[in-house]
Amino acid sequence: MQFDRSTYRISDAGTGIRNWLLIAGVGLIASAAGAFVDPKQFFFSYLTAFAFWCTLALGGLIFVILHHLFGSTWSVVIRRMSETTMRTMPLFAVLVIPILIGIPWLYHWADPSYVAGDYALPKKAGYLNVPFFVIRTVFYFAVWVTLSILLYRASLKQDESYTRENAKYMRTLSAPAAILYAVTITLASFDWLMSLDAHWFSTIYGLWFFSGAVTAFFAYTTTNVVFLFRHNILKEDLTPEHFHDIGKLLFAFMIFWAYMALSQFLLIWYANFPKETVFYLARWSGSWRALTLSIPIIGFAVPFVILIMRITKRNLNLLAGMAWLLLGMHYVDLYWNIMPNLHTETVVVSWMDVATMLFIGALFRWYYLRLFTQHAVVPVNDPKLGASFSFVNQ
Amino acid sequence: MEATERTTYGILAQFDGPDKLIEAAAKMRDKGFKQWDVHSPYPIHGMDGAMGEERSRLGLMVAAMALLGGLGILYFTYWTSAVDYRFIISGKPYFSYIAYIPIFFAVCVLLSAFTAVFGMLGLVNSKFHHPVFYSDNFAKVTDDGFFVSVLAEDPSFDKVQTKTFLEEIGGTNVEYLEGDD
Repeated sequence: MQFDRSTYRISDAGTGIRNWLLIAGVGLIASAAGAFVDPKQFFFSYLTAFAFWCTLALGGLIFVILHHLFGSTWSVVIRRMSETTMRTMPLFAVLVIPILIGIPWLYHWADPSYVAGDYALPKKAGYLNVPFFVIRTVFYFAVWVTLSILLYRASLKQDESYTRENAKYMRTLSAPAAILYAVTITLASFDWLMSLDAHWFSTIYGLWFFSGAVTAFFAYTTTNVVFLFRHNILKEDLTPEHFHDIGKLLFAFMIFWAYMALSQFLLIWYANFPKETVFYLARWSGSWRALTLSIPIIGFAVPFVILIMRITKRNLNLLAGMAWLLLGMHYVDLYWNIMPNLHTETVVVSWMDVATMLFIGALFRWYYLRLFTQHAVVPVNDPKLGASFSFVNQ
Repeated sequence: MEATERTTYGILAQFDGPDKLIEAAAKMRDKGFKQWDVHSPYPIHGMDGAMGEERSRLGLMVAAMALLGGLGILYFTYWTSAVDYRFIISGKPYFSYIAYIPIFFAVCVLLSAFTAVFGMLGLVNSKFHHPVFYSDNFAKVTDDGFFVSVLAEDPSFDKVQTKTFLEEIGGTNVEYLEGDD
């Protein structure tokens, strides 16, 4: 990859990006084979992988929205990276189709005979039915894809020439976008993940999903900085001051995520209602218990102690180590939420978990890199770009 | 009334804007002054480095006190509900540590806040009066004045040489801080 620092463009993207398509192809073949061997396992694995990668795009979307709303300076250098992450949304609008096909295997509320014999589900059928579920999912993606395309297009327009109207447009769009985002991501988490067990409910579930998404996004951004440095891109421009701020947000959102997860658990534990405790009891049996314990310890306590130190946030290698750990734990967290609905007794790791992760992950990475290498790697005409380069933490 | 000998407590010099103040601070630092300070209407980015300030120990103090407070309250909740006055609440074990997490968190925050405020007051060597208030010109510090003050307690303070030095590095309105209290 060749980087031209005078225009902040990648002059030669190289051929390496295409290899991701190859990996995605292998993942696709393996996943397709899995869909024939054991469709139920396939759809659960696919849902986990889909949720993992889609949350990165969702995290990117809210970060761009917040960046415009707050008019922050330091984050201008990572704005294009975030926008590219956000702009992968159309990919997920396509990748969600297998989940819609898999509704009969994934969601027990889609089975009329099961619902008819149940005490609660007939009353929920007005919301939890297949046509409405499909309409909602289409609506979420209509909102997310539209927002990401509009914001990305306006940003590219700024690369050609800066106008106040355009900058104001991005900010004005971001305000209603934030509200739409909050509603859609909450309902999406209810639909896709919480309704896997349609009896159980938790009103904080949307915030848990959102906070995990943003944590994963900052972790992904950190690994992207490492990637850029390996290719000598922005090496003179991104400084420990920027790592420090990415690290602070990673740290903060990790705490926010833990806070949400604990809030959900604490109230259910305290009230001790069987209809609510089933969620945690199911995750306390067999080897699920070890996974349950690993989430607060490896996903929160260990990175908390390490990330609270200033030196971790200012050292890219240490920060990247934490980022990879938190990305891994984000997957474990989603897996822990989804899979006990399939493997109720004990953890069963399937090769389809790997295959679907490879497929969606490689496709996502290919899409991201292709988009990223086509345009300037920073918003070159943003008036705050210079201040962002020379930004210093106090 | 008989005129008394006025004591010189220090020297005050005015500078022309934040950039000049940063330059002056760097020169003061390099000259090796210890008992000196800069005064400006607003915080200036980069001033800590120019003054040669070391990283504050406050963060470590806050972390230590937060941990101490957290462990303390954990022990206290354990002692009250599992040792001193055992009471079964909604069928849960005596020592239900999950219920104490909010208390643990709250006490960590409380002790952090106290340590941050009072530790800061202790570390900054706060005082009720400062010789710069003898200067009438110093009132500008709340408007558009940028100042460097050197106290007479400084080991390398010399009434004539320090004044000359402050003028050399671009200080204007250089004046002695004198009072007869």
